[in-house]
Amino acid sequence: MDRREFLTAIGGAAAIAGMPQFALAGPPGRYDNLLVLVELKGGNDGLNTVVPYADMEYYSLRPRIAIARDQVLQLDASSGLHPSLQPLMTLWQNHELAVVQSVGYPGANLSHFRSIEIWDTASKSSEYLHDGWLARAFADSPVPKSYAADGVVVGSSEMGPLAGGSTRALALSNTEQFLRQSRLASTEGTSRNAALNHLLKVEHDVKQAASTLNANYTFRAEFPNHQLGNAMKTAAQVIASKAGVAAVKVSHNGFDTHSNQRGTQERLLKELAEGLIAMRSAMQEIGRWDSTLMMTYCEFGRRPKENQSAGTDHGTANAHFVLGGRVKGGLYGSPPALSRLDGNGNLPFGVDFRDLYSTALDRWWGVNSVVALNGRFAPVDLIRA
Amino acid sequence: MPKLFVMLSLLCVASAVLAASPMGFDEARELLNRTSFAASVDDINAFARLSRAQAVDRLLAGTDKNSVVSTPAPAWVNTFESPRRVRLLSEEERKQFRREQLQKGVELRSWWMTEMLTTPSPLTEKMVLFWHNHFVSSLQKVRSPVLMYRQNLLLRKHAFGYFGDLLHEVAKDPAMVVYLDSASNRKGQPNENFAREVMELFTLGEGNYGEQDIKEVARAFTGWSIDPDRGEFVFRSAVHDEGVKTVLGRSGEFDGDAVLDILLAQPQTAELIVTKLWREFVSPNPDAAEVKRIARMFRDNRYNIKVALRALLVSDAFYAPQNRAALIKSPVELIVGTLRQFRFETGEMTPFLFVSRQLGQDLFAPPNVKGWPGGEAWINSATLLARKQLLESLFRAREMRPTPVAMNGETDNVKAGDNVSGSGKPGIDSRQRFARAMMDINFDGDKWLSQFRPGDPVLKVVLASEPVSAPVAGVTGIDLVRQMVLDPAYQLK
Repeated sequence: MDRREFLTAIGGAAAIAGMPQFALAGPPGRYDNLLVLVELKGGNDGLNTVVPYADMEYYSLRPRIAIARDQVLQLDASSGLHPSLQPLMTLWQNHELAVVQSVGYPGANLSHFRSIEIWDTASKSSEYLHDGWLARAFADSPVPKSYAADGVVVGSSEMGPLAGGSTRALALSNTEQFLRQSRLASTEGTSRNAALNHLLKVEHDVKQAASTLNANYTFRAEFPNHQLGNAMKTAAQVIASKAGVAAVKVSHNGFDTHSNQRGTQERLLKELAEGLIAMRSAMQEIGRWDSTLMMTYCEFGRRPKENQSAGTDHGTANAHFVLGGRVKGGLYGSPPALSRLDGNGNLPFGVDFRDLYSTALDRWWGVNSVVALNGRFAPVDLIRA
Repeated sequence: MPKLFVMLSLLCVASAVLAASPMGFDEARELLNRTSFAASVDDINAFARLSRAQAVDRLLAGTDKNSVVSTPAPAWVNTFESPRRVRLLSEEERKQFRREQLQKGVELRSWWMTEMLTTPSPLTEKMVLFWHNHFVSSLQKVRSPVLMYRQNLLLRKHAFGYFGDLLHEVAKDPAMVVYLDSASNRKGQPNENFAREVMELFTLGEGNYGEQDIKEVARAFTGWSIDPDRGEFVFRSAVHDEGVKTVLGRSGEFDGDAVLDILLAQPQTAELIVTKLWREFVSPNPDAAEVKRIARMFRDNRYNIKVALRALLVSDAFYAPQNRAALIKSPVELIVGTLRQFRFETGEMTPFLFVSRQLGQDLFAPPNVKGWPGGEAWINSATLLARKQLLESLFRAREMRPTPVAMNGETDNVKAGDNVSGSGKPGIDSRQRFARAMMDINFDGDKWLSQFRPGDPVLKVVLASEPVSAPVAGVTGIDLVRQMVLDPAYQLK
């Protein structure tokens, strides 16, 4: 299968062959700047991630699961990070980490499916769009044809913001896992289960075709040996290959902490911090930390009041991270308004998530965000000129 | 001599004991997963105590209510839409009619998938689907959801009965008559479509008849037609070729039924059916000797389908280690199996119908008269990706609950169960309904896990074989479940 066929075969739900004929003149984007989206699947609890440790309301809402004041990594007089995020403190001190609080949208939806669809398509909560916001952006301001792909999804099969349109997007699984699986497929010949062989062969073919992207660059930087670490490593290898990509999406799963949140979130945030730091080291190694912007996102934050199972239910506004060599580090947005919870006990939002997208589109890539976002949004001023 | 006699007796006793001994967890798992889309640990444990014979008999006994469908059929199934009446409609009315027919097609598929999800006898649905893939008709060509519904009932009626009866009745089924152009087959103007397919695909199989046989068989079936106003089979003697035909060496003034009896008399017919059942239930490579043995039993028992199925399900081949996890789940098995296994509660079926079509299996619309080829054909880079996307989105969360009313009191306009026929609800589009149906999906991971007692083999319940990738250390609970369903082994049965 040649690369074009391969891209067609797995380029998302509405696989289209190649570039659209009508590639109009939006001005070319500065796609030498890379966007890395990190999805925290399931809905990370922002309140225990960026902790309002000086707000007594926080402790009365979460008697069992609140992060103790003396464990919090202080960012300023009112906010601090979950202790598992210790590795990120280097970035904080270097002013490369922007912490954006109270990110959400009007008419918040509490369903996983629906809310992530809203984030991925940058739609209003009452409208239903098919294409991802990046797909729309790339349709309006195309990525150079010389690039290997517009975007790459690593560690997941869900295209998310890259879904649809005529985006040239790839889904790559974890490199290590592929190598293990493909070894299984090729050995043991006839005694091997033919059906399994076929499955592994198809996955292997996908990987083979995708390996045109993968320079197999050997980084000195070490990547942690967990699912996110492996996905970051694969993403870094894709980025390191001479053929370019404009956007990469990496997913970390397990954040839907309805019960026993403490242990789970502790592990997940540790893995997140380790993964982000490793990616930074890798980008520095190839001299492109200054041209990389990483941004976390997910379907929603979680309910301020803990539930009966030492966990939290679905919520609304959330805290997210933006990091990169040219990020203006600091706290953005407003702290969680715990005294202004809505009828469901959920937080009001301050920063619309589409403002963050507009930051990537208008400020980072210099493309027109109005088409991609179906409206005008105000970029958050967190990128150094 | 006496020593030999004693040894032989001991051997006979031993194998009799084995045949009657409890089947154990692994075999029970194999049996239930291949016949019932999915099985709970309690079900597997209950069957594990039974012998193979007892287990299979229990399963087959459960199908006796096969003609009773618990899911209510759509309201329109008793009203055949006569094409003659449609021709009298205005252009605008015809457009409306086509929209309604499309909607009915969705409702028909939803009805069947709902039944698959909720039935206490999933083996019944598996067999109805098997026959649908054997006696193929497609809504795309037949165009009448009412006729496709009636065909489904017919397949259901005979699913575990006598193949001869099934064959005779399907040949006259109006949907089949339309699908294979039987009504165009007239004296002096033969249409060989049905004749060819009835021999090649429904009974003998390729290579067991000649071109001349097809011509003669077509002559025998002339006059088989349908009444366009009622959508019912009608025999038009005026266009029936009454002459002598020679089929497979036999001569006579055969009509269609007589030819079907000739076809049923050939051993290849029983072998074709048993071979297909083998590929569905046992492995991709039927054992020729075993097929012959079971086909003989099938024929000797007047083509009693239960007899053939039973023989397959108690056979050593079915439980052989090399046949474990040797089959690839069809899209319907993947979807229905996952929803049943993890006890998802669902709203409308539309997202699942969409995915099933995306994965290559559109109910009531197999791609051509050969049906869905199945097996490895289900998997290519696009469908494998789509399968993983489905599983990832279903297991995105530890649990999903139907969404409460949104914050400020505004709701999405459509609730599950609303009758959205397009009238009186401006602005409702299918995208919205789809999204709403997704939001109605309810999964409780912790509750699912709570069925297991310490030491219960969770992996074995979910996977037909060892996972390809070793589970990551320290991952438990629903995260482990997610890893299992994303492992390639989950695609196998």
